[in-house]
Amino acid sequence: MSALATAGATVGGGRRRLAGSRVVTGLCVAIVAVALLAAVLGPLLAPHDPNAADLNNAFVGPYGDHPLGFDGQGRDLLSRLLDGARSSMLGPAIVVAVAMAAGTLLAVVSAWLGGWVDSAIGAVLDVLFAFPAVLLAILAAAVFGAGLTAAALALAVAYTPYIARVLRSAALRERAREYVAALEVQGLPAVAICVRHLLPNMVGLVAAQATLLFGYAMVDLAAVSFIGLGVQPPQADWGVMVASGRAGVLQGYPAEALSAGLCIVLVVVAVNLLGERIAQRDGGGAR
Amino acid sequence: MSALLEVERLSVTLPVEGKPRSVLHDVSLSIAPGEALGLVGESGSGKSMTARAAARLLPPGARADGAVRFDGRDVRALRGRALRDYRGEVAMVFQDPRAHVNPVRRIGDFMTEALRTLGGVRSAEARRRAVAALADVGIDDGERRLRQYPHELSGGLLQRVMIATTLLSEPRLLLADEPTTALDVTTQAEVMAILDELRRERGMALLFITHDLELAGAVCDRTAVMYAGVVVETRASSLLHDDPLHPYTAALAGARPRIDATAERLTTIPGRSQSAFEAPASCPFAPRCAHVRPACEAERPPLRALDGGEVRCARAEELRGELEMTHV
Repeated sequence: MSALATAGATVGGGRRRLAGSRVVTGLCVAIVAVALLAAVLGPLLAPHDPNAADLNNAFVGPYGDHPLGFDGQGRDLLSRLLDGARSSMLGPAIVVAVAMAAGTLLAVVSAWLGGWVDSAIGAVLDVLFAFPAVLLAILAAAVFGAGLTAAALALAVAYTPYIARVLRSAALRERAREYVAALEVQGLPAVAICVRHLLPNMVGLVAAQATLLFGYAMVDLAAVSFIGLGVQPPQADWGVMVASGRAGVLQGYPAEALSAGLCIVLVVVAVNLLGERIAQRDGGGAR
Repeated sequence: MSALLEVERLSVTLPVEGKPRSVLHDVSLSIAPGEALGLVGESGSGKSMTARAAARLLPPGARADGAVRFDGRDVRALRGRALRDYRGEVAMVFQDPRAHVNPVRRIGDFMTEALRTLGGVRSAEARRRAVAALADVGIDDGERRLRQYPHELSGGLLQRVMIATTLLSEPRLLLADEPTTALDVTTQAEVMAILDELRRERGMALLFITHDLELAGAVCDRTAVMYAGVVVETRASSLLHDDPLHPYTAALAGARPRIDATAERLTTIPGRSQSAFEAPASCPFAPRCAHVRPACEAERPPLRALDGGEVRCARAEELRGELEMTHV
C-alpha cells in the first residue's frame, strides 16, 4: 500500500512533501528573512564600501575581514552581495505588487460582472499572454531606457494575465457560493461584498500566487539585468554580478558569479516552497 | 389591485449547455400586504426559481419574460440604488443556513453588516438591534452569540439567526425558501412557530416555499401548487386539502401517509415527476393524471378563476367532489 503510494508519487508529489516538512519550512523562512534583512539593512551591514574598487585586489581570495574575497575589479564580494540584495529583492517586489493588484482587480471584476465584461477582459488577457515576459521587459527597456523600474513594470504587465486567470476561477467559485447570494439579497453593494467577503476568502490563493510569482520575477529580472537592461553597474545587483562574474569564471575565479547565482537560487527556491506550503494549507482547509 | 407582490405570466429559461431550457412557464401569483402565501410542489417544480426571480437572484444567463411588481414598481427594471432599496424591503431566508453565511465571519458581523453599510447605523447601535432581534426569535444570550462563529451554532439556531437578520431591515415581504427542510423535525416546529408569530406581529407578507402541503396549510392563508414550472392551482389553504380543484393537488394530498391508518404501501402518483422542459406542451400533468381525456393532451389549459381560487385544469368543474374519492 505504502509502496504503491511511494511508487505513484510524482515529482510534484515529492515537492509537495518537501514543502510540507517542518524543517524545510523553517529553513525557507530563515533564508527569506535573511534576504529581506539584507534588502532593508544591506548598506549598513556591508563591512566595506561595495563600490570601492582596488585593482590590486582583483580576484583575491578570502582573507581577514573579507570572508568572500574580491571580484574582478577588487571590490569586496560580501559587501556587494549585501548591497545587491536591495535591488534584487525590490525588483520582484514591484512586479508582485503591481501584477497582483492588477490581476486581482481584473479577476474579481471579471468574475462578478460576467457576460461581455468577462469576455472583453479575457480577450485582452489572451493578447497579453502571447508576449514572453522577458521580451516585453527588453521592449520596455528599449523604449523607456534601461533600468530596474521599466523592466519591473514590463514584467508586471506580462505576468498579470497569469494571475488574473488563476484568480478569476477562484473568484468565480467563491461568487457562486450561496452566502454571496444571501449578502446580495440583503442589498449590500457589490464592492462591499467583494472587498469584505470575496477577497478575504481568496487570500490563501492570492498569497500563494504572490510568492510563486516572486520567484519567477526574481529569475526574470536577474536575466534582464544579466543582459544589461535592468539594474545598471556599478550598482550592485545579483543579476548584474552573475553577468560581470562571467569573465572570472573563464579565468578560474568563479566566486562572484557563483555566490550571486547561489543567492538567487536560494531565495527563489525558498520562496517557491513557501508558496507551495501556503497553497497546500489553503487547499487542505475547509474547502 | 392592491397586491404587494405581483408575479404576472412569468416565464424563465436557463441556459443548459448553451441551449435555453424552460424552468418556469407562465407563473402568476399575488401576495397582499400581510398575507401568507404557500408555494408547494415537488423538487424541480420551480418553487425556488419563482422566489429567486422575485428577489432578483436568478442565476447568470437566465432569461425572464413577464412581470414582477412590488408595490407597483417593476422589480425586473430596478438598478443600482433602487435595487438595493428594494432588497431592504424584501428579505429572504434560505433552505440551508450554513451555506448562506460566510463561515469566516462572526455572527455579529453577519447580522449588522447591512445595517452599518446601508443604514449608516453605528456599530454599537447595530449590535444592540441585533441582540433585540435575536431575543425576538427566542435567543436570549444574544451578546454571546454575536461573538460566535457560524460553525459554533447548531442548524436550528443558525436558521433563527438568519430569520433575526432578515428582521433587522424591517422587510414588508419575507421570501422563505424551505426554511425548515434542512432542520430536524423538532427544530422545524420551533422555527415555523417563530416565523408565523413574527409575521402576524409585524404584518409582514410571507411567501413560504415547502413541499409539505399540510405545513403550508397550517401557516398560510392561501397556497399555490406548482408542477413542472407551472402553477396548477391557487386556493385558500383551508380548502385545498378537502376540496382540491386540480387532480395533482388531490393526488399530492392523497399521497401523504396517514397517521390513523396502517397501509401496506404508501399511495403514490404513478410516473415520475417531470421538470418544466420535459413536460408536454399540453396540460403538464396529463401523462400522470388519472382523469386524463384526449382534450387534456390537445392544449395547455389557462389558469382560470373558480370558486374563489384559480385552477389550470380543463375538467375542473366536472371533477369537483370526485377528486378526493379517488385516493381514499
